[in-house]
Amino acid sequence: MRCVKLLRGWREIPIAGIPFMSSIEYKTGSWRAKKPIINDKKCIKCGLCWVYCPDFAIKWDGRETPKVDYDFCKGCGICCEECPVKAIEMVRDEG
Amino acid sequence: MKGKQMVLGLNGDEAVAYGVKQCNVDVIAAYPITPQTIIVEKISEMVANGEIDAEIILAESEHSALSACVGASAAGARVFTATASQGLALMNEILYIASGLRLPIVMAVVNRALSAPINIHCDHSDTMSVRDSSWIQIYSEDAQEAYDSTIQAFKIAEDRSVLLPAMVTLDGFLISHTIQNVTVLPDKDVLNFVGEHRAIPEIEMEGEKFPLKLDPERPLTFGPLDLYDYYFEHKRQQEEAIKKALSVIKRVNEEFSELSGRRYGNGLVEEYKLEDAEVAIVNMGSAAGTTKYVVDKLRKRGLKVGLLRIRTFRPFPADDIVKILSDLKAVAVMDRSMSFGALGGQLFIEIRNALYDLKNRPLVINYIYGLGGRDVPAKDIKKVFEETSEIAKRGFVKKNELIRFLGLRE
Repeated sequence: MRCVKLLRGWREIPIAGIPFMSSIEYKTGSWRAKKPIINDKKCIKCGLCWVYCPDFAIKWDGRETPKVDYDFCKGCGICCEECPVKAIEMVRDEG
Repeated sequence: MKGKQMVLGLNGDEAVAYGVKQCNVDVIAAYPITPQTIIVEKISEMVANGEIDAEIILAESEHSALSACVGASAAGARVFTATASQGLALMNEILYIASGLRLPIVMAVVNRALSAPINIHCDHSDTMSVRDSSWIQIYSEDAQEAYDSTIQAFKIAEDRSVLLPAMVTLDGFLISHTIQNVTVLPDKDVLNFVGEHRAIPEIEMEGEKFPLKLDPERPLTFGPLDLYDYYFEHKRQQEEAIKKALSVIKRVNEEFSELSGRRYGNGLVEEYKLEDAEVAIVNMGSAAGTTKYVVDKLRKRGLKVGLLRIRTFRPFPADDIVKILSDLKAVAVMDRSMSFGALGGQLFIEIRNALYDLKNRPLVINYIYGLGGRDVPAKDIKKVFEETSEIAKRGFVKKNELIRFLGLRE
């Protein structure tokens, strides 16, 4: 079951369009049409996908194969484009 | 303690620069354009001479100048800029950003006609074209008022209940380049009046208070994406703020009059010999001075005429205008700008709209005048009074009398 958040009125929110909730609460992953899949066998752990991701949606500890945070990955495909060993594939996201 | 005031020979632009100097402004970003140039020149001179401790940014365009102001103001600085005509048009995009981010920037706009054809002289087309941008607009009648309004504008814009940018306008050349005896306050009095620094408001989020400024210690995001879920609410807040400015402008006008002995009506509108008047002219800017002269002349001949000068066009003081105009027989609204294809000039549209709900309302007609600096001599103002008096006597407006062009060759 999805929890519906009650939106607040104009008197209750900060002025100037300053965000009053963390961007962590906006799950932008739902915008995605295609999602990146990282092939653990091909990955050389260079971290370029982690560097290039414009949304910090790739998590990497510096050693293991990076992981995609699908809550925030918008499916732009930059990681797939930048991967030097073609270890990332963009596949149709069926939701 | 009030100090002694001093009389200086200043033109309108110099008067504005003098006011800015006394308000302890932190950042000035501007691009020179006729007839505003003297303001930027004077302020640059003052900064170079060490008379103002401010950062001056001479940008490569007005778009950049106002963008720099937005950044500086978001960082908590007291900020000033000035422009005219094409410069204001180029700033258009950033005007909405400054007001949307609730930044109390003060800008002097020296009213000048818009191209094409190119023209450097006065009309109000430039500021009228940005009347919907959520900036406060105060129109000055002379250099003295341009000086006084500049100082007041900081106090109004920075008020906690307002927090919106403000424009102080002065008619190009007619005020900007005309030397007048301007009475100036002592520096200390102005500083006490506006406050040494901009007071940074706090906003509350999830029970925690944040100063509303860019601060690495308490980071905030200014201007993020705001879609259909909250954009509308933020715009409603802006509308509330600009409406609140009505009472703030009145209050600041009173406080300023205690300090200086000068007042401009109730801050929003100025009545001139309207108590027993039957016919009145409504206008803004320097033409009001000529109108007062004509009112005096006609009063000597026993004609019951008067003037209502709109000082604050945004927020629009509809309640005051309705109260003042309701007892009149006929009113001529004079617009120094054209809203092409509309039913009259911008001021006319608003005033006629405001009067609609009255049971007994005056007849209202419109004159478009003075475009591109076309002179408005006393005889033209007299003609407006004569024609409006005739309509008042007749009791109705003929179709071809509703909107007319004053001083235009047929």
